[in-house]
Amino acid sequence: MQTKSPTIQLRGVKKLYKIGTEEVAALNGIDIDITEGEFAALMGPSGSGKSTLMNILGCLDRPTVGSYKLDGEEVAHLSDDALARTRNKKIGFVFQNFNLLSKIDALDNVALPLLYAGVGLKERREKAYHFLEAVGLGDRAAHQPNELSGGQRQRVAIARALVNDPHIIMADEPTGNLDTKSTKEIMEIFQGLHEKGRTIILVTHEPEIAQCASRQILVRDGVISKDAGRGVVMDVV
Amino acid sequence: MALTSIKANGMRSLLTMLGIIIGVGAVVAMVALGDGVKAQTTDSFGELGANTLNIMPEGGRNRGVRQARSAMQSLKTMDAEAIEKKVKGVQYVSPVVSSSYQVVYGNENVNTNVRGVKPAYLQKNSITVKNGYFITNDANENRLRVAVLGNTVAVNLFGEDNPVGKQIRINNQPFRVIGIMDTKGASGMGEDQDDVILVPFTTMQERMLGITHIQRIEVTVEPGYSQKEVGQSIINLLRSRHHLTATQNDDFRIIDMSAILKQMEDLMSKLSLFVTLIAAISLLVGGIGIMNIMMVSVTERTREIGIRKALGATFSNIMIQFLIESMVLSGIGGIIGIMLGCAISKVVPYIVPQAATLITVAPIIISFLFSMAVGLFFGIYPARKAAKLDPIEALRYE
Repeated sequence: MQTKSPTIQLRGVKKLYKIGTEEVAALNGIDIDITEGEFAALMGPSGSGKSTLMNILGCLDRPTVGSYKLDGEEVAHLSDDALARTRNKKIGFVFQNFNLLSKIDALDNVALPLLYAGVGLKERREKAYHFLEAVGLGDRAAHQPNELSGGQRQRVAIARALVNDPHIIMADEPTGNLDTKSTKEIMEIFQGLHEKGRTIILVTHEPEIAQCASRQILVRDGVISKDAGRGVVMDVV
Repeated sequence: MALTSIKANGMRSLLTMLGIIIGVGAVVAMVALGDGVKAQTTDSFGELGANTLNIMPEGGRNRGVRQARSAMQSLKTMDAEAIEKKVKGVQYVSPVVSSSYQVVYGNENVNTNVRGVKPAYLQKNSITVKNGYFITNDANENRLRVAVLGNTVAVNLFGEDNPVGKQIRINNQPFRVIGIMDTKGASGMGEDQDDVILVPFTTMQERMLGITHIQRIEVTVEPGYSQKEVGQSIINLLRSRHHLTATQNDDFRIIDMSAILKQMEDLMSKLSLFVTLIAAISLLVGGIGIMNIMMVSVTERTREIGIRKALGATFSNIMIQFLIESMVLSGIGGIIGIMLGCAISKVVPYIVPQAATLITVAPIIISFLFSMAVGLFFGIYPARKAAKLDPIEALRYE
């Protein structure tokens, strides 16, 4: 058994909100290590702090206290722009409601992260097309999001998450708005990505979906209440 | 990208641009009109002679009643000759005697202004004779009854016929037509400069009017000499010739044409300033309109901004996107405004024949750049608001 240095390392992470004079802790001391290539499911009832943890892991938010090392680099106290660049380079997002821009076509949606990475137009288009093809939507490149089905939209979003070759895919309830058939397709894509060695963090409240992951992390009242691999697979790839 | 969002909200964008369109259109049209009128007046004054001094009799009072200028007799032919000989910086001197007479040829009958002029009048007023010849020294000395017709008079009396050599009657005295002048058009004051007949000075003064004084002296100042200094020399000369004591007022008056021209220019520039002020207010209102619509746009597109930020857009990425959008909005407004202004400038002369317009490149470029600047300035606040949005909040926005 070989242990790799973790891609994600959280130590003593707290997120505190002030409501009136009272301080409420959305996260109250979280320690997590996620190794490269892991497929982790983040679970928990609403109000558990699951979304806050997801935002911090996705570099959309900073912890109030504690340390977050991403690829060994401390990112807990970066500036807004530095966080934006980190997201652009290292994290690909897949959202429940797809979050595609409705006024531009699928290809330009996929190419968007490359725009902010400073890639030239021609290369942007080529790469975006390549990733659209990879999710089986090469023939829909010129379609606007509203001309695509829910499953197709989510596949466009996955292509967008992959286009800048990030270390980590953050998927927030990616199948929450999809029918059973599309859900199966999307989960197969995630399985495929996991087999290719991509690190995936999947936020869900559906146990069947979480079963696809190799590790389940349960958050409750701002702390991790359970952290278990499926069977024996834990910290091992 | 900016164009997409402007196209998507066509009507709203157009209404937003209206302030800029009106502001820029007003500037372009008014500058074209101002330049046109300025060019027109300068042109006609140049023909009239902006370097001309007009000397008129003045100040004759009979028991407290100011007399009509034409009744005053203080200026003599000798005064004109003395000015020509003794004052430095004088190019031409024309003593003027004129009156309105009934002029008859065959069945045609017109009332026109008849002026007695000396041969030098030709150069002084940059007159060209298109047919025949001008008044000669010989004609002037011998008080010959010869006439040079202005184009309007020639057409009114003779129609298509060639008047040269024909006999006309001015105030019942027979005159031979010796020449026709080229068309000069309206003067700076709007009168028809072609509705005139020129006859030899002596003929007019002695045969027609029967007077020894003159009504007016026109002096052309030689280039390089100041009108003020020449005018002062003339005042000194005429005062001594008229034996005026230090306590007596001048019995003549000098009207400086360049002063009138300058007055006109002052008036035009004041008008321009006024129009610029109105345009500035319109652009300001237009700018506020753009700011308003950009604020609405930022709110409407909160989610889009959230998505872009989640995907790695930095503060300046979002800032630049919205600044470009507001500049494109105001820039398009500026272009439409320029087109509107040019169209107005083209149409105005058809509606108001006296108004001339002159479209130049400078105001077009300046007003375009200015409209872009308005977009930039009024876009800053909304763009900053967009760029400062928190991605989590923005993504949650419905």
